[in-house]
Amino acid sequence: MCLAVPGKITSITEGDPLQRAGKVSFGGVLKDVNLACVPAAKVGDYVIVHAGLAISILDEAEAEETFRYLRQIEELGSALGPSA
Amino acid sequence: MKFVSEYRDPEAARQYAERIARMVTRPWTIMEICGGQTHAIVKYGLDALLPATLTLVHGPGCPVCVTPVEFIDKAIEVAGRPEVTFCSFGDMLRVPGTSTDLLAAKANGADVRIVYSPLDAVAAAQAHPDRQVVFFAVGFETTAPANAMAVRQAEQLGLTNFSLLVAHVLVPPAMEAILASPDNRVQGFLAAGHVCAVMGYTEYEPIASRYRVPIVVTGFEPLDILHGIALCVAQLEAGRAEVENQYARAVRREGNRSAQELIRQVFTVVPRRWRGVGEIPASGLGLQAAYAAFDAERRFGPAAAPRDEASECRAGQILRGVLKPHECPAFGTRCTPERPLGAPMVSSEGACAAYYRYRRSSPDQTVPAGAASRD
Repeated sequence: MCLAVPGKITSITEGDPLQRAGKVSFGGVLKDVNLACVPAAKVGDYVIVHAGLAISILDEAEAEETFRYLRQIEELGSALGPSA
Repeated sequence: MKFVSEYRDPEAARQYAERIARMVTRPWTIMEICGGQTHAIVKYGLDALLPATLTLVHGPGCPVCVTPVEFIDKAIEVAGRPEVTFCSFGDMLRVPGTSTDLLAAKANGADVRIVYSPLDAVAAAQAHPDRQVVFFAVGFETTAPANAMAVRQAEQLGLTNFSLLVAHVLVPPAMEAILASPDNRVQGFLAAGHVCAVMGYTEYEPIASRYRVPIVVTGFEPLDILHGIALCVAQLEAGRAEVENQYARAVRREGNRSAQELIRQVFTVVPRRWRGVGEIPASGLGLQAAYAAFDAERRFGPAAAPRDEASECRAGQILRGVLKPHECPAFGTRCTPERPLGAPMVSSEGACAAYYRYRRSSPDQTVPAGAASRD
């Protein structure tokens, strides 16, 4: 229930704020998703969806952080030598 | 798939595991809160990549697992009414009640339907004004906004045939209950990424400082989890106890304000019993008085008085991280996903189901992280 993969918004239907909805593609599978809680979301954005409602827009800039951190600790490890 | 495949890179996972092994100088025990994280750890064998002195214990973050048995009994009773169409997430159907489950009720003729979203249940109520549509609102803070939205939409549509059977639970009070328990062995937490996507993580800051535990908001892919563990271990080794955010691509410190506002409008914090754990004060959500008309317990009578598990199920100890699934004497023999004694063996997020599915033959034998890339 807490597990969700990111999907890409392919279209948005504006209207009543509670009913703001769109089509979201999960690896090619399209689902109707309520977008009321992500008012800034636009077509092409990736969102996390739970129980039919988008709860977060993915931040492309932050997505690199896991790989940046690995490079940092790699460099730290090399600097300290193999026994560090 | 973007934002997924790159976080399953086996080579990066190996490098992370190597670095973590070098960071660890003492034994540490870290709990991942969310059942989704438990499944990723067991599925990809992440725990087998880590040094033996680093222990991962599995937390209570499986909504299906912690929904108390009296709510399952109530769901079965309501679903059995001739005028009711009972809608639920699929996971709830095989969770044992006192004597039966929702799937058996369906087989016996009850109108029980699996839906993907509570908004689908609202649509069903709109399409079938002659039916009383009830949605089984379980889950943590992740599903609360969708359930709140369902109530708001039903209100806007003027529906009088839609209601929620609410058994919502909240993560931070459960973490405090674990930390305050005399048999607690958790020294650091991986907090549930998607719960924090909704709520943010400011409410974890007092817990980190009060109990001196590092809390790292963590995602669900293998590299997310290894990154979360690395950040947690770095804090433990340095004697720090802070809230950190590994999952910044999806989680902001303040969370999703619109979703929080929706939850506040519709729900209020209530005490809640957790299956296998007991009552935890202020650990659940119930409907606000203004939305009492959408309360299935009000419409069809309240859930029965709390009752204790009759079986030998050790769910309470499993959910608090005191026991690992394969240490339960019934695991894999008298308790299987087909014939579960308790909810953790049923749910796709349950720790027992994860162990049964991925490492039944030998609990210590795990698949290499390389398997991740073929998934």
